[in-house]
Formats: sequence, C-alpha cells, structure tokens
Amino acid sequence: MQNQHTTGSIAEKPVSIIYRWLGDRIFLTVVVALGLSIILLAGAMAWVLTGESGMALKEFGVIGFLTGTTWDPGVQFRFGALPFIAGTLITSVLALAIAFYPAVAVAIFIAEYAPRWLGYIIENLVHLIAAVPSVVIGIWGIFVFAPWMRDTFYFPLYEWAANHQPSLLPVLGSPIGYGMATAIIILALMIIPFTTALTRDAIRQVPKEQREAARALGATKWEMIRMAVIPYSRGGIMAGAILSFGRAIGETMAVAMLIGNNNNFPFSVMGPAATMPSVIVNEFREAVGNLHLSSLMAIGLVLFVISLIVNLIAAYVTRKLSITGGQSI
Amino acid sequence: MHGKCFSLNRLFAGQLPCKGSQIKTHQKMRKMKAITLFFVAGIMAVSFFGCGGGEGSRNGAETRSERSSGRIDILGAGASFPAPLITAMADEYRGVTNNRVTVNYQSIGSGGGIRQFVEQTIMFGMTEAFLSDEVMKDVESSTGGRAFNMPITLADVVATYNLPGIDKGLVFSADVLVDIYMGRITRWNDSAIADLNPGKNLPSLPITVVHRSDGSGTTNIWTSYFSRVSDEWRERVGFGTSVSWPVGIGGNGNEGVAGAVMNTPGAIGYNSLSYALLNDMAFGSVVNASGNIIEPSFEATTEAANIELPDDTRILFTNTPAEYGYPIAGFAWMLVYENLDNNNAISNRRQAEELVRFLIWSITEGQELSESLGYARLPGAAVERNIAMIGEVKWEGEMIGKELLQVVL
Repeated sequence: MQNQHTTGSIAEKPVSIIYRWLGDRIFLTVVVALGLSIILLAGAMAWVLTGESGMALKEFGVIGFLTGTTWDPGVQFRFGALPFIAGTLITSVLALAIAFYPAVAVAIFIAEYAPRWLGYIIENLVHLIAAVPSVVIGIWGIFVFAPWMRDTFYFPLYEWAANHQPSLLPVLGSPIGYGMATAIIILALMIIPFTTALTRDAIRQVPKEQREAARALGATKWEMIRMAVIPYSRGGIMAGAILSFGRAIGETMAVAMLIGNNNNFPFSVMGPAATMPSVIVNEFREAVGNLHLSSLMAIGLVLFVISLIVNLIAAYVTRKLSITGGQSI
Repeated sequence: MHGKCFSLNRLFAGQLPCKGSQIKTHQKMRKMKAITLFFVAGIMAVSFFGCGGGEGSRNGAETRSERSSGRIDILGAGASFPAPLITAMADEYRGVTNNRVTVNYQSIGSGGGIRQFVEQTIMFGMTEAFLSDEVMKDVESSTGGRAFNMPITLADVVATYNLPGIDKGLVFSADVLVDIYMGRITRWNDSAIADLNPGKNLPSLPITVVHRSDGSGTTNIWTSYFSRVSDEWRERVGFGTSVSWPVGIGGNGNEGVAGAVMNTPGAIGYNSLSYALLNDMAFGSVVNASGNIIEPSFEATTEAANIELPDDTRILFTNTPAEYGYPIAGFAWMLVYENLDNNNAISNRRQAEELVRFLIWSITEGQELSESLGYARLPGAAVERNIAMIGEVKWEGEMIGKELLQVVL
C-alpha cells in the first residue's frame, strides 16, 4: 500500500524540462563536440607540422632528410634526421626490452601471488614512480645516477677494455656517465609503471572460470598462470608494452638531461647520443635560422608519424592477440 | 559522487517521456540542437579564456583602464639570458612611474623573440644574436623603417672546470680552448696548458668537454670567440646558438652544463659569469688579443665592449681589441621598430611614448641594477649609440624619440 502511494506521488510530480529530453540533448551535443575536437586537434597538429616542415623537406627531399647523417646548424646548414631517428628507436627498443619482463613479473606478483595488503602497497609505489615528473627523474639522474653508473660500471669497463680489448673502445665510447646507456636505463625505469599497470589490468580481466578450469585439471599455480592467465591476457600485455614503447619514444626531458646530446652519428654504447624529442627541446627555443627551424619541425613530423604507427600497431596487436580475436563474446 | 549519479539518473530517466512524444516535428528538434550548440560554444569560449590567460581579455582591460587611470602595458618577449634583469627593471620601473607603466616580459628564447618581433605581436623583442641582414631588409620593406638593435646588457661566458686541487685561477689561451673543444688536447697535463700555468700541479686526468645542448646565446658567444681566433673552427664548426660540436657531451641549460662539470672530475664547460659566481664554480682566466691575462669580471666585460661600435651596433666583439677587455663577451639586444606606428602590437601614440621612455630609462638609470643581478653594465660607447638610435624613433613621421630624449635627459 505504502509503496503504491509513493510511486503515485512521484509520477504526479511535474518533471523539469532538463530532466526530460533537453538535458539529454545538451549532454549528447557536448560529448559529440568534445569527441570531434580530438580528431580536429590531431588533424591540426599534422597540418601545422607538415606545413612548417615543408621548407626542410623540399630542400633535402623526404628520403634525403630521413637518411641524412649531418646536423650542422653552424657552417653547412645541412640537416638530416637519421641520428635522431636511430637514437630514438635504439633507446626505446632497448628500454622496453629491459623493462618488459620485470614489469610483467611485478604485475603477476601483484595480481596473483601477493597478499592483498602487500599488492596494494606495491601497486601504489609503482604508480608513484609513474607520477614523478620526468624532469625530477632527470635531475636525480644528473646528480646521483649518472655519476654512480660512471664510477661503478662505465669506468671499470672502460679500463678493462683499454687494457684487454682496445678494439672495443670506439664501440663503448667515453665513460662520462651521460650517454646512451644511462638514458636507456632511466627510460626503462620510467616505463615499468605503465607496463605493470596495463599488464595487471589485463590479468585481472581473465575470467575466474579459466583459472578454475586450469586448477580443476590439476595445474599448479604457476602452470595455471602460464596456461590460462597469460594466454588469455596476452593481447592486453602486448598492447601495454607497445603503449609503453610509445611513451619511451616521446619521453623528452629526462632523456635530454641524461643522454649527453651529441649529434655526431654513429653513436657509441656509453657515449653521448641524441633522440628526436631531445634535439627538439634543445634547439627549438633559440633556433634563429628558418631552415633550422623547419628541420626541427620536420623531426616533429617524423616523431608524430612514428607515434601514430606505434599506436596503430598497438590497436592491431590487441585485436589479433586477444583470445576472442577482437570479437566480443 | 552521489549527487552526480543522482542527476545522471534523472537525466536518463527523463528520456522516457521524451521517447513517447518523439513524433514532435523536426523543426523543433533542430531548434533545440541550435540552442545546445550555442551552450557548448559558450562553455568552450569560457574555458578558452579561462585557460589562455586571455590576450583578448587583457587588451579589453587595458583599453578600459587606460581611459580611467592612464595605465599602460608594455609587452616584450625574447631571450632568456637577460630575463632576470628585464624583470627586475620592470619591477623597478613600475615604482618609478607610480604603477602607471607595467613592463611584461616573456622569456621565450632569442629565436622566439625575433619571430614575435617580426610578426609584430610584441612591442619590443630581445635577442642574443643580432638580426641578420635578411631580416633587417624584410623589416625595412614591410614597415618602411629600420629595425633597431639596441644593446641593453652584456653577456660574458667563462670557462668553468672541475679539477681536484685547482679551484681557482687556471689560465687558458684561445688556442688551448679551441684545441680542447676540437678534441686535440685530451689530458689536463698537456704541455700547452702547463706552459700557461707554471707552478700549477696539473693532474693527468682526461678532459671531459661539456657544452650546451640547447640553443643559447651563451653558445653563440663562445663559438663566435672560437671562430674569431681559429680559421679551422670557423670552417669546420662555425658559430651560432647551436652548432655541430666535434666532441663532448651536451648539458641542457646553464644548470645542465654546471651539473655535468661539477659531477665529473676533469670536466671543462662554459657558463655565464654570474651563474659560475652564484654556484661557486671554478673558472679560468683568458689571455686576450692584446696578450693580457684577463680574469673574468663585470668590469672587464664592460671594458670589452668599450670599443668603436658601428652605428647599428650589430657587432660581435668577441676577441675584443680593447686592451683590458675580457674576450668572450657579447651584447644582448632589444629590438624596436624605427616606425613604431607600423608595429601592430602598438595601438596608440601613448604606448609608443611609454615604450621609448622605458628604453631610455633602461639604458641609463636601469643599468644601476646590473651588478647586483650578475650582469655587466653597458659601456659609454653603447649608450651613445643607443641614444642616437632612440633619437630616430618615429610615430607617424613625428620624431617622438628626439622629443622624449630632450624631455628626459
């Protein structure tokens, strides 16, 4: 009785226009406009980068620019992007290679093995690393990590090579501490949180039934993870890895502070090198010459395109590798 | 959180009666769409103004306050090296003018300063590399008048180093510095360095060369010095705000170079004098063109610029002929149009006059701020040239520069 009374009184109450259909329209329009603005924004970026880089691409040709190894804003005014493309790809690929397995291991530990409270603590600490601004990591790298690496690894290695294997010296490069190896390790450290978080999400999404079925077949915990959990979540794990790779490609400040910033190709293992974002952040502000500026824009365009490709690959891999083949169940 | 869910529920619940009456005419729907779009546009406009700090809103406020209390904003942008000085000058100048004139300086880099100046979005630009002939010509054809490069302060660059046991007074010569940066002198106990520093116990450490990785006026001065003293450097590396370095590692900014130098025993780098002083870094003296060993100081820098200057002051005076001048120094210039009325950033004569007044003040009384902030004073020769240039500044053909100079000086 009471129930009927309340529903009746609610139905009688006049509902404001905003709660009937106007609100929905407003919401729809706002959402659609914001959604479209993202497309517009990406388009606008591509448009500006293409337009501004036109001068350099015309001067050197697209292929010439991509394969040119000289970057000389002082005398010849020749600009080639190859050192920076190589620097970016080498640092990002190696950083991912270093970070991938530890990150997945941490995620498995958090999701499967750790007691709830411990997992919670580790997870938050990992998120904390992700939240540290990269310029802070860079400062820490300059004052703590790079000198430590130099004294503990680079100098001894260099001295050993000088005494035993002098032919290795040009490959190793100068052991100053600021260089490719340091940048790669710092980059790896910076992308671990991303891979971990995305891997953990993917593992959490594995249905309970999968685990139960594996256990019912007599699998141990490790066998369950290997046979039921990881295959099911591999799409998510790979996508996470590729997105972390994308982040490594675009990482600017920490890399610029630690990589030593040397544009002379080819690079050495411990010696200074450069990446696409680092040369842009370094030279853009004070680039006075038009061709110089245009070349930096062209590097931005290359970076944009590479990031786009990485993201497309990520989307493709997620679809291909996920257990349902991209179809919803 | 709870409230949000609640209103969302209401929103979706509200869909139901709407569905019932969906036969409503298209026209009405379209009208509603137009209204909602209007709302969205409104929201976006608000957020844009809110975010950008609002060029538009500022201009609006400016014209309004101009009418009521006569306040003027002078907008400038450019090089980051002189930014602390200009900001301090701006503070001081606001006091001098009883809050009437506010100088707003944005430190966006020399390249940006030149671009914004040419695009006429600022009243004055600031740069550590003077305008090229090409840009000067462009300005002349687009505004019918010259672009003035007015020296406003001096930049000096010192060789900083990290040598255990030698924390002061190492002497370098031009050849030694070039050879180090070319990668030819690789150890500190090289005879070329030892000859200049008799009595100093130089270690056999390898030299780690550090340079700026970011484009900077400091690099411009450092490399222009090398280009002056070495033909080989000029032909192979050249000079500019960024160059292709033969050896060494790049640190980002003064602090990046300083960090790398201070953390690496045996490192040599270059920093502005004030930065080296503030951070208590060891820096070397340099043998100048007249053969005198010059210890870097603000006086020696000022002395370096006290030479015969060209009328437009577009000169790099590294390796100065001045007998007691420090050889690695250069100007930072303020960029101003000759015909101020043709600069779109200046909308009326009062703004132009206040800009000229500020210019005059900054090269005279404003210079008092220099030493305390770590800058060298302008030498008399540069002030003279500046006054000559200010005297030619015009507004719609009227010589407002000359008029104001007569009033102020």
